[in-house]
Amino acid sequence: MSAKSDYKDIPGTYVFDAEASRKGYHLNMFCMALRHAESREKFKADEEAFLDQYPMSPEQRTSVLERQWNTMLALGGNVYYTSKLAACDGINFQELAAMMTGMKLEDYRAMMVAGGRPIEGNRSKAEWN
Amino acid sequence: MAEIIAGVAMSHVPAIGVAVDQGLTGEDYWKPLFAGFEKSKQWIADQKPDAIIVVYNDHATAFSLELIPTFALGCAANYEIADEGWGARPVPPVIGEPELAWHMAQSIILDEFDLTLVNKMEVDHGLTVPLSLMFGQPDAWPCPVVPLCVNVVQYPPPTGNRCYNLGKAIRRAVDSFDKDMRVIIFGTGGMSHQLQAERAGLINSEFDNRFLDMMANDPEKAAAISHVEYLRESGSEGIEMVMWNVMRGALDHEVKEIHRHYHVPASNTAVGHIILENIK
Repeated sequence: MSAKSDYKDIPGTYVFDAEASRKGYHLNMFCMALRHAESREKFKADEEAFLDQYPMSPEQRTSVLERQWNTMLALGGNVYYTSKLAACDGINFQELAAMMTGMKLEDYRAMMVAGGRPIEGNRSKAEWN
Repeated sequence: MAEIIAGVAMSHVPAIGVAVDQGLTGEDYWKPLFAGFEKSKQWIADQKPDAIIVVYNDHATAFSLELIPTFALGCAANYEIADEGWGARPVPPVIGEPELAWHMAQSIILDEFDLTLVNKMEVDHGLTVPLSLMFGQPDAWPCPVVPLCVNVVQYPPPTGNRCYNLGKAIRRAVDSFDKDMRVIIFGTGGMSHQLQAERAGLINSEFDNRFLDMMANDPEKAAAISHVEYLRESGSEGIEMVMWNVMRGALDHEVKEIHRHYHVPASNTAVGHIILENIK
């Protein structure tokens, strides 16, 4: 497959494809449980015990406990799921996005108000090297 | 007979719902976004649709990784508003249109689109934000809704072309429904945005405005956009725009553009909106 037609060449992006979904099933299903208020309360009361219900890998478990948002994505998490963990922590989508880019929230907000991250220079991994 | 009189496309950013629900629409940040929907609200009030088909995607709400239907048609009499992790939106319940939906199901499946049929489904911001944008905050939504849920979370979503052809099948289904009804179809989601990882915040207004032009004048060209082009050019979540092709396929080839609006940003997203009428 040529680099041009391959989505793996897109920088700073995890496409939630078959491989990611297979790998991230339990991680994502844990996040899914946080949609319900009673699960959120149980998780907040004892994170380790709550996570015991989900047979995720040790790396995935650590990424959840340490709120390593990009690592969760790299290990098969999908942002619509991981955002439920963020919401449980009181973090909204824009705050989460800012954290994943490594920017300060006010800088990220200012970038968005100024028109967002431009496409120029952000199409392929070669442009990020 | 029933007829599809118009198609409307719009983004369905959750923060727009929060702005409506918390009375923030007059704030400087939100004002220009909502101003672009004033004409739309008047237009749809004048149209008095008897039903709306809302093409949208579920965001890990009604469907999780346990079940991933590519196309799911809601046939229920009503739909509960979902708690997506921060409490349910304080909006009226969504009333379904089971007679039309079941007719559509039969027609579209025999037309060789193998739909999943749903009789119980909570609806999330993907469906309710477009209703808020077009109808504001009524005590009850003015007409029943047929939800059509498209998977765009698990890669790959259906292709733009498949979506476009599904729109054509929806058109044939509505045209053959033996009841006088004026139906409007919404295509929702997009426009350019990326919510994840280091490239989050991507906006490509050139791509978006070209896409709006294609919706108006060159739908086959929009239908031919590949997944990798959406992902690369409009951000990983910009691929939601495949759903606009469903709406467009349900309209005539030539349409009358009534209104267009484009605004950056709503939270992380470029907001696009277009109203297209079938020419009688």
